[in-house]
Amino acid sequence: MRTKLNRSLWGNILITIVLIVVAIFMAMPLVYSIMNAFKPLDELFLFPPRFFVRRPTLKNFTDLFYLMSNSFVPFARYLFNSIFISFLSTFGHVIIASMAAYPLAKNKFPGSKFLFNLVVFSLMFSGYVTNIPRFLIMANLKLLDTYFCLILPYIGATLGLFLMKQFMEQIPDSYIESARIDGASEFKIWWNVIMPNVKPAWLTLILFAFRDTWNDTYSPSLYIHNEAMKPFSLALTYIQQGGFVRAGAAAAAAVLMMLPSLIIFIITQSNVVETMKSAGIKE
Amino acid sequence: MREKLRDLWKEIKKNRESYLLILPYFTLFFVFVVIPVIIAIVLSFTNYNIIQAPKFIGWSNYKRLFLEDDVFLIALQNTFKFALITGPLSYFACLLFAWLINELSPKVRSVLTLLFYAPALSSSVFFIWTYIFSGDIYGLLNGILINLGIIKEPIYWLQDSNINLYVLMVIQLWMSLGTSFLAFIAGFQTIDRSLYEAGAVDGIKNRWQELWYITLPSMKPQLIFGAIMQVTASFAVADISATLIGFPSPLYSAHTIVLHMWDYGNIRYEMGYASAIAVILFLITVLINQGVRKIIRPD
Repeated sequence: MRTKLNRSLWGNILITIVLIVVAIFMAMPLVYSIMNAFKPLDELFLFPPRFFVRRPTLKNFTDLFYLMSNSFVPFARYLFNSIFISFLSTFGHVIIASMAAYPLAKNKFPGSKFLFNLVVFSLMFSGYVTNIPRFLIMANLKLLDTYFCLILPYIGATLGLFLMKQFMEQIPDSYIESARIDGASEFKIWWNVIMPNVKPAWLTLILFAFRDTWNDTYSPSLYIHNEAMKPFSLALTYIQQGGFVRAGAAAAAAVLMMLPSLIIFIITQSNVVETMKSAGIKE
Repeated sequence: MREKLRDLWKEIKKNRESYLLILPYFTLFFVFVVIPVIIAIVLSFTNYNIIQAPKFIGWSNYKRLFLEDDVFLIALQNTFKFALITGPLSYFACLLFAWLINELSPKVRSVLTLLFYAPALSSSVFFIWTYIFSGDIYGLLNGILINLGIIKEPIYWLQDSNINLYVLMVIQLWMSLGTSFLAFIAGFQTIDRSLYEAGAVDGIKNRWQELWYITLPSMKPQLIFGAIMQVTASFAVADISATLIGFPSPLYSAHTIVLHMWDYGNIRYEMGYASAIAVILFLITVLINQGVRKIIRPD
């Protein structure tokens, strides 16, 4: 039974207006670039500029493929690199981070608290801080110009471990106890008891890990010099610097770039919110 | 002492499976996060150009940063200006919008969540703002303003050193309803509705009082998490400046700490000096985050 709370009519009207205005501000650039992706060249450079597309065309997309197939490395190669890197680092991150999250959430052992606090602490500074030493470490491990230098750091991403550990804490200890009585190893408990119960959390980790690797232009520009190894995100910045003639192709590329993460979020949204319920930092 | 060590060893042995499970993750975490921070601190006291071995030079890098490097001081000033405006604004925006959509029906809520979160999700396509802020008459904003007769000449939104930092702030705010926004949405959902009903009985008159006396105190852990995410992000601004305005920006008007570090580390290969900049960034964000954590502290 829901009791009526104190809500004024004017308050509701005001809130509706604010939400509509902000929603337009947020969506406008994205919608505008989708529009631009379908505009023929003459419509892209029209005065006064028009928001909506009049005669939609797929030419920008075919241009994009054509443009990139003439480049030193074929377009498909950039796409393959991006998909390969994002897939492997996302998969690796979900497995490796939840494997570590389980003992941190459920077992007390010497150092467990310290290690987790270290992870929380690392949320407090940006990845840029570690940038130069990372480059030196990559160089020393001979990882520059390999896929590994784009994958390994993301597998060790901190936000994912934090969210996973917080979420696992709410699993009742009785599940684990009964598995222990049956003689299951810790590894078995993690895989058979814990993992099936934290589906919202690993869907969230998939979203965040994919978003971070798919959109990353910074680390590839630093660690990758071999053109054939570069991801799509980096190719996009080159197209976008191409100026007038490539404006249409750049808009088309931007649409291809933003779609996958949006689709993943649409699928995972309710699970992500479920996971974030336990995302608080308590002390 | 010996006794204690033996007990510790026993504990470790008993938990060896736990250590095995965390080993892969923490190997990566130490190699790519912890050790790099330590290396950055050590290198910041040296002169290192990658080719020759690092040479210890004491505090020289830091002295040079604050006493001789005018461009660094501009970067520092810009970064603070940027962070002090976008940090709090984005934080309260995340909180406000999460709160406002909380009472909507689940369907409307999930559509709005998607709309608000979409920019943060597609962070690499922020360059689409050039269609809007383009400095010629084909830019959407210039086109509209000229067409309406508000301005005669197109405004160089991104090149004019008086305004470009503020234009960047708008774009940063657009992208900033991110992870904290989701955390707040979730936080609002965890609050037991009966608390509100009890509050209404106790004389809570409107939704503002409800927010202040009931909702916020019960979601402090989320508030801290969100604050950390926003502070860290607002001090790390670099990409949008370099891509939209150019590097270096005219008169260094949009130069930031991270870009200064990038300049010395990745272009001039003065790794010691660049590390000192990294350490400054590290100290600033960690100190501010600790401060914020103290302020919001859960009871």
